Amino acid sequence: MSVSVQEADFDAGAEIAALSAGRDDVGAVASFVGLVRADKAAGVGAGDTAMVQAMTLEHYPGMTEKALEAIVTEARGRWEIYGVRVIHRVGKLLPGDRIVFVAVSSTHRGEAFAACEFIMDYLKTRAPFWKKEDTAAGGRWVDARESDDHAAGRWEAGK
Amino acid sequence: MVKILFFAGLREALGTGSESLALPAGIGTVGSLRDHLAARGEAWSALATTKNLRAAVNQQMVGPDAAIKAGDEIAFFPPVTGG
Repeated sequence: MSVSVQEADFDAGAEIAALSAGRDDVGAVASFVGLVRADKAAGVGAGDTAMVQAMTLEHYPGMTEKALEAIVTEARGRWEIYGVRVIHRVGKLLPGDRIVFVAVSSTHRGEAFAACEFIMDYLKTRAPFWKKEDTAAGGRWVDARESDDHAAGRWEAGK
Repeated sequence: MVKILFFAGLREALGTGSESLALPAGIGTVGSLRDHLAARGEAWSALATTKNLRAAVNQQMVGPDAAIKAGDEIAFFPPVTGG
């Protein structure tokens, strides 16, 4: 299946290669990798005590996979794309760790770029994942960002 | 009976991730169930105070007017923050 929710890391290069393996009609593969940043956690402590030391990803087993598959289905309805691969990691992750992967193959770059960005924007607002940041001063659930709603909303207007 | 699930900060605030409940008479929507649970008081008020609380019925995101019935799986959670 094109959607995976897993604790294990992934090999972005191998996933990208798989999207065009054995076929000669793919002209473009667009991909995105999201990483855990060692940011200052909002609203926790001060100075180094507030730096994110780790992140724990919680999700809603069952619904997560359905939500991601629905997003992929919607992307397929909007653009002529061939393959789609979505991987989202869960559990404890450290700064620098890969957290999410989206790749889309198509004939031309336009569809691949657009569908890849669309899937990420919708994943951010519709897939049931939650991040908790761990710092020396304690843990804190990450707040949803309004900018993510705006990013997802752009695709509504253009529909 | 319905199965009710709680996630993330809400799960921690309530101290539980799930429960089974016989739907009381008159509780027929997600919003009324939320109010019913919040009325238990103390930690349960988090269901009323969590900003932009989201809900799903049978693993589909829904609004507060969505109907619920025996056998449903109903989940409450804060806005999602994946990616």
